[in-house]
Amino acid sequence: MIVAGCDVGSLTAKAVIMRGDEILAARVMRAKSHPEESANEIMGQALERAGLVMEEISYCVGTGYGRASIPFARSVESEIACHGKGAQWQMPSVRMVIDIGGQDAKAIRLDDQANVIRYVYNDKCASGTGRFLEVMADALNIDLNNMGEVSLSSQNPISISNQCVIFAETEIVSLVNEGRDIADIINGLHHALAHRVAALAKGIELQDDIVMTGGVAKNKGMFAALEKALGKKIKDLDRDPQINGALGAAIFAAERLRH
Amino acid sequence: MIVAGCDVGSLTAKAVIMNGSILGHAVIKAKSKPEESAAEVMDLALKNAGLKMEDISFCVGTGYGRNKIPFVNLAVSEIACHGKGAQWIMPSVRTVIDIGGQDCKAMRMDKDGNVLKFTTNDKCAAGTGRFLEVMAKLLGVSLDELGTISENAKDPLSLSSTCTVWVQAEVVHHLNSQKPVADIAAAINRAMAIRVAILANQIRAEKDICMSGGVAKNKGVVSQLEKDLGMKIKKLRYDPQIVGALGAAVIAGEKAKGGNKP
Repeated sequence: MIVAGCDVGSLTAKAVIMRGDEILAARVMRAKSHPEESANEIMGQALERAGLVMEEISYCVGTGYGRASIPFARSVESEIACHGKGAQWQMPSVRMVIDIGGQDAKAIRLDDQANVIRYVYNDKCASGTGRFLEVMADALNIDLNNMGEVSLSSQNPISISNQCVIFAETEIVSLVNEGRDIADIINGLHHALAHRVAALAKGIELQDDIVMTGGVAKNKGMFAALEKALGKKIKDLDRDPQINGALGAAIFAAERLRH
Repeated sequence: MIVAGCDVGSLTAKAVIMNGSILGHAVIKAKSKPEESAAEVMDLALKNAGLKMEDISFCVGTGYGRNKIPFVNLAVSEIACHGKGAQWIMPSVRTVIDIGGQDCKAMRMDKDGNVLKFTTNDKCAAGTGRFLEVMAKLLGVSLDELGTISENAKDPLSLSSTCTVWVQAEVVHHLNSQKPVADIAAAINRAMAIRVAILANQIRAEKDICMSGGVAKNKGVVSQLEKDLGMKIKKLRYDPQIVGALGAAVIAGEKAKGGNKP
């Protein structure tokens, strides 16, 4: 029985196709202006990768910001539930998921059955989301995907005094003009974001094991900064942390079929 | 006795020269160093008054860069200066809302200009002049135009976010959907007024209320704020941008006379 999960976010769309415990395909792309367009395209990509056609998918669950606009999803689930489900499927010992997306950040506490016990999220202030790093990458004229790598050479993070993205952007520009080390600036930015996300997560009490999902989890500098801010180890997931929500949706799809 | 006030802010610098009445004033865009801004704006104000630096017997500095002004005899907080300046212009003033380029302050005073309560937002760009600057740039209009075009709004839009970054995305979306610029501008001015009203309510704003700082020139924000507060905002007869420097000069006048109030 083949199932699928489709996660249409604000910045990226992801799709996962599964048969039993096997992931047949997982794809990520940049979102189009309309969620249904993103959904159709990413699902098309995943189907092609798996060598399948849409008719072979017995059940698809949609999730993410654009979940209501996915034409082929038979039901929808919240991102919170999907991230919990996906992370615990990958690593059964997971009790807390910290997901940093392009437009929000979430912390989710789970029981041993992947039920969500508590969660907290920020989507009000951009400075506690992936957008913070995106804006700063632009200001520094550096590729967002290289920020983690560049920051690893820094020994002394520069402390960034402004929280607001708009004010911090000005601060970064003047740090660059002062000739401060780019790696130290980026390291400082990672610590600033990590500090805010850790404060969010601590609001629902930290639990072991912790994993990090979402695009920002691919940033090694951010990973280390968050561990420091939490005062705890974060476990590494084997798979791309960006597909975790879609993976959770696919597992929900398999469960729906069984019941 | 000729005295001066010099207000070096993050985006602009202002100076006022007084001798009981205002002899000269100037507003300039801030330079990269506060001391440069101070020297230049003071020169300009002196020129307007037909005076030289040697003629000034006492100078008070204020604003973000107040501790870096070389020629001041005393540095005083912006809160005290804005209160003093507004009440010098209009003695009935009890509340001043000052919106600067990167902060917003609200202060309530007694009839003698003593500050009873004040609050500041300099943490979040929403609710400061910076918010309007970012939005004006996005709409491709000047800050002045942003205030006036909203008067032509037929069907004002609304914005669901507070954060400047998210509002930017909302505005881009409205522009892409071919919404009239006037309707978008109205939404922007309204969002700005909502943030400012929150600060004003925190200090329990009382009549008479006036505004200082550059944003006071934005008619769209002012009229929306009047609605939100349920009070008329009194218009000051001088440029609202010089209120802080004026207050500094008034304090300088008091100091020069040996602390006796005029």
